[in-house]
Amino acid sequence: MSPRPGLVLEVDRSTPPTLFWHGERFVLERLPEGSRVVYAPEPLAALEDPVAAVRHALLHPVGDSEPLPALLRPGMRLTICFDDVSLPLPPMAAPDVRQLVIEQVLDLAAAAGVDDVVLVAALALHRRMTEAELRHALGDRVYDAFAPHGLLTQHDAEDPDNLVHLGTTDHGEDVEINKRAATSDLLVYVNINLVAMDGGHKSVATGLASYRSLRHHHNPQTMRHSRSFMDAPSSELHSANWRMGRFIADSGVKVFQIETTLNNDAFPERFAFLQKREWEWSLRDRASYLAVAGALERTPARLARQVLHSVRAPYGLTSVQAGEVEAVHAVTTANVWRQQGVEVDGQTDVLTMGLPYICPYNVSSIMNPILVACLGLGYFFNMYRGRPLVREGGVLILHHPTRWEFHPGHHPSYIDFFEEVLAQTTDPVEMSKTYEEAFATDPWYVHLYRTGHAYHGVHPFYMWYWCAHALAHLGRVIVVGGDPAAVRRLGFSPASSLDDALELARDVVGPSPTLTHVHTPPILMADVR
Amino acid sequence: MPNGEGRRDDRRAPRAPLGREDRPATAPAAPAAPTAPAGSAGAGGAGGAGGAGEAPSDPAIGSIGRRLAGRRFFVTGGTGFLGTALIERILRTLPDAEVVALVRPGRRATAASRATREILRNDCFARLRREAGERFDADIAPRLRAVAGDVSRDGLGLDDEGRALLASCDVVVHSAATVSFDAPLDQAVEINLLGPARVASTVADVHRGAGTTTLPHMIAVSTAYVAGTHQGEASEELLEHNRFSLDVDWRAEVDHARRLRHDLEATSRQAEHLVRFAKKAREELGGAGEHVLAARAERLRDEWIKRRLVDAGTTRAQSLGWPDAYPFTKAMGERALVEGHGKGTAPEPDVVPLTIVRPSIIESALAEPVPGWIRGFRMAEPIIISYARGLLREFPGVPEGVTDVIPVDMVVAAILAVAATGPDPEGPCVFHVASGVRNPLRYGRLVELVQQWFGQHPVYDDRNQPISVPDWTFPGRGRVQRQLQRATRAMDTVERLITVLPLRGRQAAFSATIEDRNTLAKRALGYVELYGAYTETEARYRVDRLLALWEGLDDEDRRRYCFDPAAIDWDHYALDVHLPSIVEHARVRMAPGRSVVEARPERARRAILSPDRHLAVFDLEHTLIASNVVDTYAWLASRHLPAARRPAFVADLLRQAPGLLALDRRDRGDFLRAFYRRYEGAPAARLEDDAWELFHRQLLPRAFPGGLARVRAHRRLGHRTLLITGALDFVVAPLRPLFDDIVCAHMAERDGRLTGTLDELPPIGEARALLLGDYAAAHGLSLGESVAYADSASDLAMLEAVGFPVAVNPETRLAAIARRRGWHVEHWAKAAGGAQRPLPLGPLDVRPPGAAGRHSAGTLPSGGRSA
Repeated sequence: MSPRPGLVLEVDRSTPPTLFWHGERFVLERLPEGSRVVYAPEPLAALEDPVAAVRHALLHPVGDSEPLPALLRPGMRLTICFDDVSLPLPPMAAPDVRQLVIEQVLDLAAAAGVDDVVLVAALALHRRMTEAELRHALGDRVYDAFAPHGLLTQHDAEDPDNLVHLGTTDHGEDVEINKRAATSDLLVYVNINLVAMDGGHKSVATGLASYRSLRHHHNPQTMRHSRSFMDAPSSELHSANWRMGRFIADSGVKVFQIETTLNNDAFPERFAFLQKREWEWSLRDRASYLAVAGALERTPARLARQVLHSVRAPYGLTSVQAGEVEAVHAVTTANVWRQQGVEVDGQTDVLTMGLPYICPYNVSSIMNPILVACLGLGYFFNMYRGRPLVREGGVLILHHPTRWEFHPGHHPSYIDFFEEVLAQTTDPVEMSKTYEEAFATDPWYVHLYRTGHAYHGVHPFYMWYWCAHALAHLGRVIVVGGDPAAVRRLGFSPASSLDDALELARDVVGPSPTLTHVHTPPILMADVR
Repeated sequence: MPNGEGRRDDRRAPRAPLGREDRPATAPAAPAAPTAPAGSAGAGGAGGAGGAGEAPSDPAIGSIGRRLAGRRFFVTGGTGFLGTALIERILRTLPDAEVVALVRPGRRATAASRATREILRNDCFARLRREAGERFDADIAPRLRAVAGDVSRDGLGLDDEGRALLASCDVVVHSAATVSFDAPLDQAVEINLLGPARVASTVADVHRGAGTTTLPHMIAVSTAYVAGTHQGEASEELLEHNRFSLDVDWRAEVDHARRLRHDLEATSRQAEHLVRFAKKAREELGGAGEHVLAARAERLRDEWIKRRLVDAGTTRAQSLGWPDAYPFTKAMGERALVEGHGKGTAPEPDVVPLTIVRPSIIESALAEPVPGWIRGFRMAEPIIISYARGLLREFPGVPEGVTDVIPVDMVVAAILAVAATGPDPEGPCVFHVASGVRNPLRYGRLVELVQQWFGQHPVYDDRNQPISVPDWTFPGRGRVQRQLQRATRAMDTVERLITVLPLRGRQAAFSATIEDRNTLAKRALGYVELYGAYTETEARYRVDRLLALWEGLDDEDRRRYCFDPAAIDWDHYALDVHLPSIVEHARVRMAPGRSVVEARPERARRAILSPDRHLAVFDLEHTLIASNVVDTYAWLASRHLPAARRPAFVADLLRQAPGLLALDRRDRGDFLRAFYRRYEGAPAARLEDDAWELFHRQLLPRAFPGGLARVRAHRRLGHRTLLITGALDFVVAPLRPLFDDIVCAHMAERDGRLTGTLDELPPIGEARALLLGDYAAAHGLSLGESVAYADSASDLAMLEAVGFPVAVNPETRLAAIARRRGWHVEHWAKAAGGAQRPLPLGPLDVRPPGAAGRHSAGTLPSGGRSA
């Protein structure tokens, strides 16, 4: 039976309560009659033989590219770059797709007699991956072959000795990327394209870039004109990355792009109910919901977080394509869309969503209030094509505990951003003018980014810029069940229950608003007509 | 009435005006510029001519002004409440009169600078400065001359110049006294008992030396309470004529007090006491370093002696019928002074003519120089303020009893009137300056007035709530005392309990609050014990002689030098003069507004983060990071320990914890040296490598983000930043980019292995203050302009060395010290969400040997960050 497509359900009297993520917990909420609930399509069937599929892609590239073996020759410099720990979410059960792909690329390189090979984790300004995370992404065999010899590196956007400024685009944008990658004879980039934003020219132009280069598109102006950044043709973020990507190609950097798509089978069997439509829950689903929800309810948040962060997703590979960047990315986008796209008729006054315990920037870490905002207003709000799900001036209701908590090792600059910047302004433009530079160049943050596992000093600003489009679009943001002080610091309104939140929302959008709920997991893209 | 006007003719050579001694002594004395008395700006012009000796004839300045114009006064106790008011009145209202003030040089200040700072700059002189304008510095200030000396030394400790100046004086007013009701007995004896006689004999002595024929008139200020507080009337007569007065041999009292001091000095040095002081110092300050502890122990010894002497004074005084040592020693002082003066017989030629003035309780000025002027916090003020703050629920007293209060300007006026009149040719005589008989203020009425005023003008507490004042029920002294004793005993217990608990930060601040409240309660108890007698006084101090003096004055004198107690309207005095003034002095909050508790830290923070600061020095453990050397060691040592051996390691460490803790409390240096021996034989390179992991996984999650932000804030402002820590160099290496410099412990290395011994003394305790001094000197920085951050009393020396000490999450002892000294306190917390693993064990390093890349500060392997 082929998987069923996405669905928009209209809530009526017989509709059972709807599942909301609430950080490390989930709750069932009864939505008002007439509300709509948007469900993602069911997981696509995984490729039966991923290894063969990868090999096929490497040998049969798309676009203007020769097969990988034809690009390999003895004595060449080969650099293999790969997406970092921010993808996929949750981390996938071993073997990771990156391992599958890189092992084969290495096999081909070995067969061609290439011995100058370096692996680079394309971190951009993200935190360095830990040894365990690298071993998970690459497999022990690759790790042990490269790491001890210093051939497994992580991109360092603050290492002046290992960056190269290639020039500026016709828009005056600096293009400065990883020197090893830029000076190699071939740059192979291995992507996991979980959402439509990932991949394309953004892989190299962002993942291997420096702050000097990133600031040209990671800013409030660009983000406000990316509608949405999940839809490349309408995304200023992508326009800039495409300009830079083409500039990099024109500078003589040969990129062999490998992109992979996954189905949306994001949670293992014991969490199966998360991905099902509530009225179809079996007795077993209900029992496991009660057991899991009850157990998490009784578990301290810290422990619940540990349990959930250890969850590995049973993702299945749905496509792999390689070759020339733009041609590859076109295929990828279609595949992502096939898994995530849902057609929705018309916008809504009030959009509700439950936010989970994880986002791309807190793997094995704490989802701090800034990341809560970023996940809700940056990621989920932007999961649309055409028009946002919620109308301009509408209300977004998030369900999340939003604790005043930060991981001091991973997010040191977030702590100060929350205390010093957000306490003064929530306006992305204002903060970029007044505060960004000081955070971006603070030697202590640079030190922690380079030697520890800290996100770059400027990263919390980027998280906030991610929200810029939503902040300009929405009439109000309400957080159900959040720490009131933290929620207010974000400039949002706290509410103790969904009913209270709807009451608050009516002040903004009128007495009988339309309501749409985005059901996650799994994630979905709304095609709003 | 004896006429003082004609007495002083040409009995001594013309003298140079004060402050002009640099001019040739033979030159004719330049007429001092006239000083206009208030209200008669033009009139004083005539008074200047002729210098000393000749009285101006202007009737507008009255007979007192005429008689005393151009006179030279010798004043002791000029920096005191009464003395300052007296000097101001002389300089302001007596044309060309001059003052030679005996001032004890301070530890750093000369007599002259003390006189300028503590007399002329006192707000007592605000009116005169305003009225005189530019003439103040040119003409008025030079009329005051300070001479260095001390009434507790024989000959007053005067040098030749001082003796010459004393010999040139016409009137001697002795108002120096230790007025505190709880002065140590020996000090009270030296100053109050022997002081007056010393002044008299020195005056006689210098005049003998100068060969002058007529001795100056000495006016000795005593207290009405020399007559005791018992029921009945006390007349203005010498004590020897008082029928209640016991015939006590003052010489025996002096010997006894001196011997007691001697004995106590010896007793306090006995081993058992010295051990006790040392133990107590350590309890208070922990391992703050030997010098700091020694200094504290020595201070405790001094305090112990002082307390014994205070108790001895009170006990002796009470055994003779006085409430405390002050009136007792003053009474003995009077006896010593008048020895040799037989009433009714003419004084011997070389005995100084003497008058004794006995005021009751002196309080703020009724009118002169301005209504409400007061200096220092005296007896009634702390009681009233404690009451307004709601701290003193009760104060003993008899409602119909008389509280004998007299405004300071009346006492000054009476002294000047006595001076103008001159000594009684028949011998020493006594004037009371008291209100109790002529215009009694009932204690019940006073309490009503105080209640009324604070009812209308409440003091506000920290939370901006007005404090409602309690109703006093006039209980007996014993009951109040018992209540307060119970309260302080309970708080003592709580305080002792808290001190032994390992508290920090806000909890410790709470314990400091308890301590504060305890101090306040103890002070209240002290007030009751000390001053209770005065509110229960039933003695009535007659003022017949004073009133006779008043009757003899002309109208102008009465207007200018009012000392008739009947002129006081008590309601007006309490409500409009005294209470507003003392409330202003106490700086209590009289209006709601921004909370003082919030505003102060902000002000302090602004001062700390001013661009003018030079250096910011930080302690590490519990100041910037909630960790310690034991945690660090445990983490590093367990990092390569197989799982099977971990429980044993933990058990071992836990077993040793109490001993380690005790050693740390005793001496941090010994503790570090002992503990660091555990590193013996550890591979240096591996530790350096592990230290980076330690930092990112163990230390950073325990760091206080507020603290790290503060270090960087200092750097952004251009201050130098310095970390001083007893931690080992490789442990703090990852912190290098945060500071300009790091001073830490270094361990010797041999063949790639640590030796377990430190290269030099670890920078802890007092060594930090020395290091800091050297560092500042080497970099040309001023410690006075520097900021130090620390969490523990063991850093006391370092905190004391800088101008801006900051207690960070202070442990109990430092919290108490910081509160007492008004130091800024920061409460920095770990990031919520930071690691909270109970046992600081390192995650097992599973990497094959040699797999780990070696970091070093600042330089990283090229080709990207190693995995």
